[in-house]
Amino acid sequence: MTRKITRRNFMAATAAGAAAAATFEFPMPAIAQAAPFKLGLLTVKTGPLAQGGIQMEQGVLTWLKQHNNMMGGRKVEFISADTGGKPAGTKTKAQELIERDKVDVILGPLAAFELLAITDYIREHKTPTLSLAGADDLTQRRPNPYFLRPSASSSQAMQPMGHYAATEMGKKKAITIDFDFAFGYEQQGGFQAAFEKDGGCVLNKLWVPLGTPDYTPYLAQMTGCDVLCQGFAGSGPLAFMKQYSNFGLKFPVVTGETGGDDALLHAFGDEAVGMISCAPYTLDLPTDANQRFAKAMMKDFNVVPGFYAAGLYVNCDIVDAGLKATGGKTDDKEKFMAALKAVKLTDTPRGPISFDHLGNVVGTFYIRRIEKAANPYGLKLWNKTVKTYENVSQFWTWPEKEFLSHPVYSRNYPALKKC
Amino acid sequence: MTFWLLLTVNSITFGGLLFLLAAGFSLIFGLMRIPNLTHGSLFMLGAYFGATFVGGLLGTMFNFWVAALMSAALVALFGAVIERFLLRQLPGQQMAQVLVTLGISFIIADFCLMVWGGDPIAVATPENLTGFVRYGSMGFPLYRIAVIGIAAIVAIALWLLLDRTRLGAMIRAGVDDPDMARVVGIRVSQLFTIVFALGSGLAAFAGVIGGPILTVYPGLDQYMLPLALVVVILGGSGSLVGSIVGSLIIGFIYNFGQALLPELAYFVLFLPMLLVLLLRPQGLFGRFVP
Repeated sequence: MTRKITRRNFMAATAAGAAAAATFEFPMPAIAQAAPFKLGLLTVKTGPLAQGGIQMEQGVLTWLKQHNNMMGGRKVEFISADTGGKPAGTKTKAQELIERDKVDVILGPLAAFELLAITDYIREHKTPTLSLAGADDLTQRRPNPYFLRPSASSSQAMQPMGHYAATEMGKKKAITIDFDFAFGYEQQGGFQAAFEKDGGCVLNKLWVPLGTPDYTPYLAQMTGCDVLCQGFAGSGPLAFMKQYSNFGLKFPVVTGETGGDDALLHAFGDEAVGMISCAPYTLDLPTDANQRFAKAMMKDFNVVPGFYAAGLYVNCDIVDAGLKATGGKTDDKEKFMAALKAVKLTDTPRGPISFDHLGNVVGTFYIRRIEKAANPYGLKLWNKTVKTYENVSQFWTWPEKEFLSHPVYSRNYPALKKC
Repeated sequence: MTFWLLLTVNSITFGGLLFLLAAGFSLIFGLMRIPNLTHGSLFMLGAYFGATFVGGLLGTMFNFWVAALMSAALVALFGAVIERFLLRQLPGQQMAQVLVTLGISFIIADFCLMVWGGDPIAVATPENLTGFVRYGSMGFPLYRIAVIGIAAIVAIALWLLLDRTRLGAMIRAGVDDPDMARVVGIRVSQLFTIVFALGSGLAAFAGVIGGPILTVYPGLDQYMLPLALVVVILGGSGSLVGSIVGSLIIGFIYNFGQALLPELAYFVLFLPMLLVLLLRPQGLFGRFVP
């Protein structure tokens, strides 16, 4: 097929990165020269979550290649581990990275249930971990001081999406549909809370077993709404949108960062035109930093980057800045963690970002609409930015205290009201 | 009203697709007495082949039906190779054979990931079947109605094969009593290869037919395999009628169960299987107790 991240490309890029590192010897502070900085990655390279996982690794490799394999003035030793997308595998690999390889920082894992499997362990070993996994409570009601989330909490993008649907789109009645697991509950909880805050009302929430091949039983229940919010991930958005249009359904569709991921644009067909998504990263961002990143991804791996690749690239930006702040030192883990948390960047591929005191990102979120528009990557479809929300926190517009006094978003919270 | 009608028609469509998947599984199970755990992977492999042929291979874009047949033929050949060179080496060791098929399913899954990557791929619906039949506020896709027809044609063809040909008679004899079949001079081991290839080809064919509905993605194999298992346990292995009835029952339970009892979506699918195993372990139409 058209997919071209072959093992050969991947090896070539890795070799190029290593070669670059070997040829460019930068002057370094004496202390840092002693040992390389060990960067660990927990990702998924096999199984159903592999698409995002492979992009995660490509994001890191792209960053390292562009920076001559140096982070904060130190040479990087990069160790990538495949968790297989299973919590048990994640725990084993995290132990390997921390106890055998003695990594200074862990990037990843990918999924919320993987992160939950290792949260106590990384806290015990005080290993700074930067992940794009959702699991709201790890930066909310049960914060982990060694965890930093530079991407978005599960509900973070859906809250502006709900606001946009209720205000700018002027929608009143929504139906939500998502996978029947924590990431889905938190996404749709965020959408519902924000949508209803601005005068909308959610008629019905549909939960689909993870990996379901046929969405018809749920499509048959979609009546009486004026907007539909889907939060699928992986292959879900593609299959869902195709079946949705095959059944002649025409309600406008809104979604989050996984449902409208730029990496899926080449696979979507006409059925996705008009879908609106809110995401912490958009390929459409015209800044130099983003162009450099996206072009390098195209060149090295022949793929258009999406949320997963960009997320890990930004993670590298943050580790780099944190290391610079400590002068390359990582032995005092508390200090290093504090330096990472204090990082404020203005020019990453996703725009300016900083962290709140719980370790979750405060950054720009983009509302995009899928259009058949000209674009520099030759894609048939393009996510065109239609609105930008700046400095979006995980608490949206609620005061932190009020937000945290509610239970975490779940299958039944917020409850359905009478519309 | 729309809701009920839509789900009813879709139950039959989904049942049809399951029949295409499960018919081969049932024959292999019935004849060789092993649950072929590669079956879901062959379905996925067929779907990937189909997507490649339809999407264009070496500059040629194949007609959907041609692609389906090519894909079925390729995978049937692959199935024959598996049977001849792997399963044949472990005669009579059913547990070992099951483990081999499980191992092959892992290899196929990783092979697909290597060749087609992790991105989901949509298989284009055949052009003359892209529309839908309007009913009230919703439509029902033409293609899904066509799937019912395809399943019916395959069912009739299989029935003719099993009931009206010499080969079919030999297969039935092998299913009923392999030892006696050997005694009367039927080369049962040759039948194994033929049936394994036929079942593999059918799985791949089902994969291509399912492609435009399900899209193809890593993990599709693991989702389809239990469905095939449930159908065969329900209907009884080695029985064509059992496959048809089992598929339809599961089609209905799958659709109405998910729509009406979403909290029990996983459970309702396996409840009838449990009941059948308890009350009639050979399945509704099966002859032997597995």
